[in-house]
Amino acid sequence: MDLQTTIYIGVGLSFALYIGIAIWARAGSTSEFYAAGGSVHPVTNGMATAADWMSAASFISMAGLISNMGYGGGLFLMGWTGGYVLLAMLLAPYLRKFGKFTVPQFIGDRFYSKTASTVAVVCLLVASITYIIGQMTGVGVAFSRFLGVSSEVGIYVGMGIVFLYAVFGGMKGITYTQVAQYIVLILAYTVPAIFISLQLTGNALPQLGLGSNMIGTDMSLLAKLDLVVTDLGFGKYTTTTAGSTLNMFMYTLSLMIGTAGLPHVIMRFFTVPSVKDARSSAGWALVFIAILYTTAPAVAAMAKLNLHGTVNTAVMKGGDLYAPEASIKADERPDWMKRWEKTGLLKFEDKNGDGRIQYYNDKTKSADAKAKADAAGWKGNELTVNADIIVLANPEIALLPNWVIALVAAGGLAAALSTAAGLLMAISSAVSHDLIKNTFVPGISEKNELLAGKISMAVAIVIAGWLGLNPPGFAAGTVALAFGIAASSLFPAIMMGIFSKKMNKEGAIAGMLAGLFVTLFYVFAHKGIFFVKGTEFVDLIGGPNSFFGITPEAFGAVGAAVNFIAAFLVDKVTKEPPEHIQHMVEAVRIPRGSKLVDGTH
Amino acid sequence: MSDKGNTAYWSATLGLLTKILIVWFVVSFGAGILFADALNSFHLGGYPLGFWFAQQGSIYVFIVLIFYYAKKMGDIDRQFDVEEK
Repeated sequence: MDLQTTIYIGVGLSFALYIGIAIWARAGSTSEFYAAGGSVHPVTNGMATAADWMSAASFISMAGLISNMGYGGGLFLMGWTGGYVLLAMLLAPYLRKFGKFTVPQFIGDRFYSKTASTVAVVCLLVASITYIIGQMTGVGVAFSRFLGVSSEVGIYVGMGIVFLYAVFGGMKGITYTQVAQYIVLILAYTVPAIFISLQLTGNALPQLGLGSNMIGTDMSLLAKLDLVVTDLGFGKYTTTTAGSTLNMFMYTLSLMIGTAGLPHVIMRFFTVPSVKDARSSAGWALVFIAILYTTAPAVAAMAKLNLHGTVNTAVMKGGDLYAPEASIKADERPDWMKRWEKTGLLKFEDKNGDGRIQYYNDKTKSADAKAKADAAGWKGNELTVNADIIVLANPEIALLPNWVIALVAAGGLAAALSTAAGLLMAISSAVSHDLIKNTFVPGISEKNELLAGKISMAVAIVIAGWLGLNPPGFAAGTVALAFGIAASSLFPAIMMGIFSKKMNKEGAIAGMLAGLFVTLFYVFAHKGIFFVKGTEFVDLIGGPNSFFGITPEAFGAVGAAVNFIAAFLVDKVTKEPPEHIQHMVEAVRIPRGSKLVDGTH
Repeated sequence: MSDKGNTAYWSATLGLLTKILIVWFVVSFGAGILFADALNSFHLGGYPLGFWFAQQGSIYVFIVLIFYYAKKMGDIDRQFDVEEK
């Protein structure tokens, strides 16, 4: 059976599985839709949360970026897992005790203000839509390869399918569908990694393989990789940091507090049966997330080594990387490269006209590498590989069997679709429930509320898809921007709502607005106003990364600090919250008396 | 429950959070970022140690921290008699 057919069958079977489970689970009772979490074991719930959490950014994009960045890519790994420690300890148990469904509801009640709730909705919408832009970029990559079309067409197809998927909706709320998605996704990620780890190191566990010696040699895989990439003029894999140490620090911190501030993640902890379960289910979620996250660095390093090994035969055999016959002949390049060329995400250009592919860093600062390249008659790097294709192409690069490639395609789509659907649900409930029903049109009928939700989903998809055509960065980079926005606006407000009895509405509103504004200002300066290309105003703020060399993706931590400071200052000069709010905060802090969630939805 | 008991419960909770956050900070921002270069002169198998903390070790520690937190909070709840019934 040829590859394309196998992929269609693999993806088709996985979809049939989700839909089958959804139908089987719904047959029981529709009224259990939201209460489903209440009867589910924390381990199962953790698995479902992991599926919800791991998106196209984690699955498709992250390892590719780590592959590009080397050591500095660790900021994604630490940032997107370390946030769970904050979530488990600072927010989840208390929000569970509070007992409402959405973040704007908590903010509105705790800060006794509809304005505060509306501001929270705005923050939520900006963060979620930015997140979906990143998802659409990932979906576009997955569909373009899957259907053999350009990445633009891939995004259009993806928009349509995400819309159907989200409107079909109910599936999303059913824990067992998500458990199935988790299993497909994690198998799709780990199976090829195990194969490749075995091929390269003889060690089946990628987590150990990355720290092992290359098979048949006494040189460690990482040392070998360092040697190859530095010889070709790239930075040393195990030490190249992300910009600067300060930037890596702030970037990691932004992702961590953003994780704890993203509404669609927090929502999962509203529906666990008890405060006790809220604490441990964050731990279980992290266990299941960690299976992918500790495999990712192995995928990244091994894919990089294999990619270099594919185009330069001296990488695996040893010998001179710059020898003319070491670079492979262009017409003998492997089929997977030709397949990816169709998507426009992998490009080859024979700059020195020798009919061979030279892949190296032509902007290197290493005089040694530059001299060697010049001596060999290389006239510039001839291969460009989009970081977002690394994971999907990885099994093809390693020449793994077709069913593994099909499995990865199914896994990538599962990751992208489940998270996109989750975010769209958060957007639609924020618009239809928190904004329209609770604030502007209290008398709206249930039918119109539902319609408003669907319309807001459609609008969000169109906006995100359109912006996804010219994405502000790689999928994981765009998603990182969303985390920065959540970190600077929502996390501080929720945290102060729990940990400070005296924080009042004026302080919280000022904090959210200040944090959101300063972060968006810095991000839009680099990426364009509302991410529209051509509207960047980076010169106005003194050039790129002008704030202590901090990149816009890392700016969320600064925004959060601004949020805390603004809230604190305004709180000092305005009157303290009413007595009953202070009592409410005290009650939220102790587990006893927790009830099942009663918020209407 | 008395206000005094509430205050004592809350300060016990904050004490636990502080301890855990220190470890959280030390493994990720400390070992994984600030001191990664220094730690890289040590090796764990084929891993330079700082690199290992940034791409593997801190994640394992995070998991342990959350379960430790859940267990210790359970103890504190029972000690102050505020656990769910």
